[in-house]
Amino acid sequence: MTDANTERFALRLKGISKTFGGLQALDDVDFEVRAGEVHCLAGENGSGKSTLIKIITGVYQPQKAELFELFGEAVRSISPTGARNRGVSVIWQDLALFSHMSVRENICFDDMVGLTPKGVHYGEMDRKARAVLERLGVPLELDIPLEALSIARRQIVAIARALMNDARLIFMDEPTASLSRSETDHLLDIVRKLSADGVAVVFVSHRLAEVLEIASRVTVLRDGRLVGVYDCADMTQVRLGELMTGQLIENKVVARDRVDAPKVMEVRGLSRAGEFENVSFDLHAGEVLGLIGLIGAGRTELAHVLMGMRAPTAGDMRVEGRPFRPSSIRDAIRQGLAYVSEDRLSLGLLQKQPIEDNTVISVLHKLLTRLPLLSMRKRDALVRSWVDKLGVKIGRPSDLISTLSGGNQQKIVLAKWLATEPKLLILDSPTVGVDIGARAGIFRIVRSLADSGLAILLISDEATEVMFNSDRILHMAEGQIVAEYDPRKMTVPELEERVYA
Amino acid sequence: MHNLLNNRKTEIRLGIVLLAMIVGLSLGSDSFFTLNNLTSLLNNNAINLIWAVGLLVVLIAGGIDISFAVASSVVQYLAVQVLRQIGGGDWVTGIVVCGVIGIALGLVNMFFIYRFRIVSIVVTIATYNAYFGLLMFFSKGRNIYNLPDWLTDRVVMFEYEAADGTWSELTLAVGAMVVCVVATWLLIQRTNLGRQLYAFGDNPEGARRAGVNVAAMQALAFGWMGLMAGIAGLMQANIVKEVVPNALIGREMDVLAAIVLGGARLGGGKGTVLGCVLGVMFVAVTQNGLNLLGVSPFAFKMIIGGAILVAISTSNIDFADLFRRRQEAAK
Repeated sequence: MTDANTERFALRLKGISKTFGGLQALDDVDFEVRAGEVHCLAGENGSGKSTLIKIITGVYQPQKAELFELFGEAVRSISPTGARNRGVSVIWQDLALFSHMSVRENICFDDMVGLTPKGVHYGEMDRKARAVLERLGVPLELDIPLEALSIARRQIVAIARALMNDARLIFMDEPTASLSRSETDHLLDIVRKLSADGVAVVFVSHRLAEVLEIASRVTVLRDGRLVGVYDCADMTQVRLGELMTGQLIENKVVARDRVDAPKVMEVRGLSRAGEFENVSFDLHAGEVLGLIGLIGAGRTELAHVLMGMRAPTAGDMRVEGRPFRPSSIRDAIRQGLAYVSEDRLSLGLLQKQPIEDNTVISVLHKLLTRLPLLSMRKRDALVRSWVDKLGVKIGRPSDLISTLSGGNQQKIVLAKWLATEPKLLILDSPTVGVDIGARAGIFRIVRSLADSGLAILLISDEATEVMFNSDRILHMAEGQIVAEYDPRKMTVPELEERVYA
Repeated sequence: MHNLLNNRKTEIRLGIVLLAMIVGLSLGSDSFFTLNNLTSLLNNNAINLIWAVGLLVVLIAGGIDISFAVASSVVQYLAVQVLRQIGGGDWVTGIVVCGVIGIALGLVNMFFIYRFRIVSIVVTIATYNAYFGLLMFFSKGRNIYNLPDWLTDRVVMFEYEAADGTWSELTLAVGAMVVCVVATWLLIQRTNLGRQLYAFGDNPEGARRAGVNVAAMQALAFGWMGLMAGIAGLMQANIVKEVVPNALIGREMDVLAAIVLGGARLGGGKGTVLGCVLGVMFVAVTQNGLNLLGVSPFAFKMIIGGAILVAISTSNIDFADLFRRRQEAAK
């Protein structure tokens, strides 16, 4: 291998292995990133992606490494600061920024790290931060606290911070998980700009569509092993999903006519000033009604009104023919509604509580003995029945919910709500941060729930998700229902065109 | 300018309330806005302010400390023993000895918090009890009167005798307080160490990943608090000219409440020296005002407690927003 050849690589790894306890997290994995390339690292949770990133950035040391080269130089061992000095930056999914500190300090923070006392020059910081934001083409106010920015903007701050360290290889961990479509497009533009500047970007994402859109090559890991490296040009979403999970995940339109079934919910002219207006629809027993729209279209606000969390300013709702005007979320639950919220991690689950308590939190009143004290026996039986019914993979019911994978956590959220025996289930972006394999599992459950007569309102901004899991599709934009589609008379590109255009 | 106002909302609001109180008291009482009253207000609150800036640093780093007032008493007791051993010493040795003992007591807190990963409130409640228990045990609760001469000498920074014979002065404690306040401001606002403290309090995991030395940050925060407790202990001994083991215990909660009032966040990452000073002065002026207005001292705690509750519960209300909503409703 000549020097001229090795220089073209930002990163070369061969034969990387790492075990934790008895668990083989990485087994003889090779990974190469070319300079200036947009590369995707794909794999389900637990496939070894994060372990690999942590080895490259010095958080973990590999047990075995046949070759470890950064920008053509052999690496013996590397620390997090060492990795940063060599031009490697990671933008973690949680961004690792400081919400009460100013934008300028977040961008320039790494300059301040260290125990040698140094003065802080805010003017110089401003100058540097402005220069790097200019390079990205995004002007941001520098002296406002980070928490005043949207998630998308914070992402830009994180990228700017990486560039401040002269990063030539940037890892982005699920950067688009909480971005809307237009924000994602903007981010992808910035990634392209970086790549044109010679900065290599490694993209880790569950969203296969955008992976294929942005990356030139994709490395697929499964169960700690390398499946292969592929050109994105001749890759399809279905094929990539198959490589990641080892099973063929078919996307099929499953829509059926349920409009003759009894109406579970009727909504007429429902409005809430400033959020949405004149929303009308019927939802029938056993029907999955997809509600697609961009973030900010009023989808979640509508769900909040249906659940009694906020009052509508106009319009009528009926549940099973009776007028429905919930005064609180408890009232809505009592009348047969259930709501799986969009922010599972913070709103849907009590992360520091065990699985069993998370499962029964919505139905504690059903678990009382005559005394009224909680019956542990009743609780255990209920938890066991839901874990079995939904096929949740858990260790013990007393383990913390945070020990479960995203997909299994989402199933526990479902169990919690199904335990209230609802007639209508609202699912708000149910698969954010969930593996494609686990997604299929969740939608199998959704389908069987619908078959058993439950009415389901499926809110999402992903066209494929709505397309292949709904019986009818409502399209919401700028607070209004603008169209109704039949998935059987539509294709995904057509739907994407209408929703995202 | 707009941003500056937004970022400093708590401080500005508190400043306005404080100013209104000062104007009100000046009009309502002849003796409030006098040199004599204002200087004694500073003299009486210098110790609280020294503690407050120390505690502010701990709060910014995401911790809390209950033990600092007791620590000051321990510093006084130990320092007097040490100074006697070395033959009395002087101001310089006194400050060094008190500073070192204070820092050591702070580092004890840091050690348990960092090494055993215990939440700071639990550790400092434990050391609060342990420090006080040890102090009472060894001192047998007795006061120490024979302090070195230099320590009991009155050091006056400023004095003024009015025509009517009222005497106004600023004690050394006020000077020490000003130095501590400025030093703390420099540390947290103008050095990379201080900014790392904010970052560590804001997002510990993010700071760790960025390479911030977590142990050093904890040591800096609790060490600084300890240093302030040491200086406060020395200054208080100078003011009262004796060491009373149980003189300071119980004052920690007032200081904590005053800082939180000034916008520091119990959870870390937020707080300013200005807000901290305003918070302490708000409590001080309230108490002083009640005194001058002839309110029964038995009602002080109740009224100050109520004032803090009102101040804190209204601090999240956006008055501009309320006004807007009312306008909308009127339409």
